[in-house]
Amino acid sequence: MGVLVIAEHDNAALNAATLHAVTAAQALGGDITVLVAGSGSGAVADAAAKVAGVANVLHADDAALANGLAENVAPVIAKLAPDYSHTLATHTTFGRNVMPRAAALLDVQQISDISEVVSPDTFVRPIYAGNAIATVQTSDAVKLVTVRATAFEAAAAEGGSASVSAVEAAGDSGLSSFVGQALSSSERPELTSARIVISGGRGMQSGDNFALLEQIADLLGAAVGASRAAVDAGFAPNDYQVGQTGKVVAPDCYIAVGISGAIQHLAGMKDSKVIVAINKDEDAPIFQVADYGLVADLFQAVPALAKELKKQGTA
Amino acid sequence: MKVLVAVKRVIDYNVKVRVKADNTGVELANVKMSMNPFDEICVEEAVRMKEAGTAEEVVAVSIGVPQAQETIRTALAMGADRGIHVEAEQGIEPLAVAKLFKAIVDKEQPGLVILGKQAIDDDSSQTGQMLAALLGWPQATFVSKLELAAGGLTATREVDGGLETIKLALPAIVTTDLRLNEPRYATLPNIMKAKKKPLDSMSPADLGVDVGARLTVVKVEDPPARDAGVKVADVAELVDKLKNEAKVI
Ligand SMILES: Cc1cc2nc3c(=O)[nH]c(=O)nc-3n(C[C@H](O)[C@H](O)[C@H](O)COP(=O)(O)OP(=O)(O)OC[C@H]3O[C@@H](n4cnc5c(N)ncnc54)[C@H](O)[C@@H]3O)c2cc1C
Ligand SMILES: Nc1ncnc2c1ncn2[C@@H]1O[C@H](COP(=O)(O)O)[C@@H](O)[C@H]1O
Repeated sequence: MGVLVIAEHDNAALNAATLHAVTAAQALGGDITVLVAGSGSGAVADAAAKVAGVANVLHADDAALANGLAENVAPVIAKLAPDYSHTLATHTTFGRNVMPRAAALLDVQQISDISEVVSPDTFVRPIYAGNAIATVQTSDAVKLVTVRATAFEAAAAEGGSASVSAVEAAGDSGLSSFVGQALSSSERPELTSARIVISGGRGMQSGDNFALLEQIADLLGAAVGASRAAVDAGFAPNDYQVGQTGKVVAPDCYIAVGISGAIQHLAGMKDSKVIVAINKDEDAPIFQVADYGLVADLFQAVPALAKELKKQGTA
Repeated sequence: MKVLVAVKRVIDYNVKVRVKADNTGVELANVKMSMNPFDEICVEEAVRMKEAGTAEEVVAVSIGVPQAQETIRTALAMGADRGIHVEAEQGIEPLAVAKLFKAIVDKEQPGLVILGKQAIDDDSSQTGQMLAALLGWPQATFVSKLELAAGGLTATREVDGGLETIKLALPAIVTTDLRLNEPRYATLPNIMKAKKKPLDSMSPADLGVDVGARLTVVKVEDPPARDAGVKVADVAELVDKLKNEAKVI
């Protein structure tokens, strides 16, 4: 039967998030087919065909699919999914928006945010902000699943040579339309795939002070993140938020600065390999998960860290 | 326009959740339960619409054990007009919840249904999108700004890359993100008043909905614990450890 993976993209490039879903698909067995639903998205279909392990690419190209509107994308998925044992997407805002809509069209109970494939019908997923780990088995014949990107390695973007074939779109529902977007642009690595992340919390006191973190980020090639409190206060944009209801990251090194370590924040970063905390309160809960804790005023420690990194140099 | 809001009763977000010793689930006995934080944002948004004159009636709906009625009372104390409770077991799945909501929408004919983007217990982030599919309505998920205009609405959505703005025809489904509004606290006089507001209770059978589970919970376990780390004396020691011990920079 094979596995269908829904590609995430901006019509120009394949999003790296999809490479993690391809790896999860490999754990299920069977041929892997990637669906690229977009408009003027030929380059994405070509990129998907090159991903290692992908056997087929289905390309639905239609003006109605230009902006990933769920009303137009979900019917395309729902039409194809019954031909596959599983349909997978990454648990990003795109996957979360589109997949449940397709699942309900198929009368399927989706399984969200899996961190492990136990068997073709049994999956592991975190619940309660990662404070409990559930193993669930589904009785649905067609299975729709979203995948936690940090739990599966990215498949190699090169090495495959899949065939690309066109499939029909479902037209425009007429129910919704795209108005515009304001996307953050940064020269730094993307938060969810960066090897090092430095995040700031309420302790940063202002958006301007995030420049202190940016300086470290540039020395280390890191991405910058934030706690909810920092985003709510307007210190950082919403797409910086790490946590239960923000992004889940698992870099080699996560540096939390002026962040207390609420469970909702920990949910987004506690699978990082090494955690560093800089906080002036030695009882802050963040120290309970930190491999290296520095009790200090961040306004002294962070500039000193920049100096020290320049002095000792980085690998 | 009538607005329906979804309110789920969940373990309070401040409670440290504990896995049951027999690994069948998490401990719910003697644990503080509250309204799902995203659902407080739903109620607030709907009540503001009523205050602004764009909504005539706000109906709060909860699906769950009998105590879910307390959650509905909280919504009524915040300013909702009326409540509907559908009895269901703890752990009812999003698809079944969406089907129950569909049956209620068919009866109530609201112009807008507002749900949370995610329930902080199951962390599924599915119900609103499923309801939209079952109704054939448009959806605006993870919304941080909502404006009603003639015959439709404009919504700003929090997406991974930043913000996105879409337009929807009404009737529609909206799911709330954290920054849509700051929910009010229910005042004591309003809590008293809420006790007299109408609250209907019904069963899934009354609505003709099959809520049979599709998933079996095989087990629920504690997450792997992290080993306790060390405190470093200063920035020089920190950089040294990161370079030479952890080898991550
Ligand atoms: C439904 C829901 C979802 C949520 N989702 C998320 C989420 O996805 N992500 C998230 O992060 N939060 C989330 N939260 C919020 C979470 O509960 C906390 O409120 C939030 O994480 C706190 O952010 P903070 O640590 O920056 O702020 P605080 O808790 O206020 O901590 C600030 C810290 O900075 C330290 N500090 C202050 N000044 C200095 C200084 N000069 N030097 C050094 N240290 C200093 C203080 O000691 C303190 O520990 C959510 C909450 C709810 C209810
Ligand atoms: N049992 C329920 N009763 C009322 N509302 C619910 C219920 N389950 C889910 N919802 C609504 O759907 C949203 C998303 O839940 P979920 O899909 O489980 O993450 C919640 O924030 C609620 O608004």
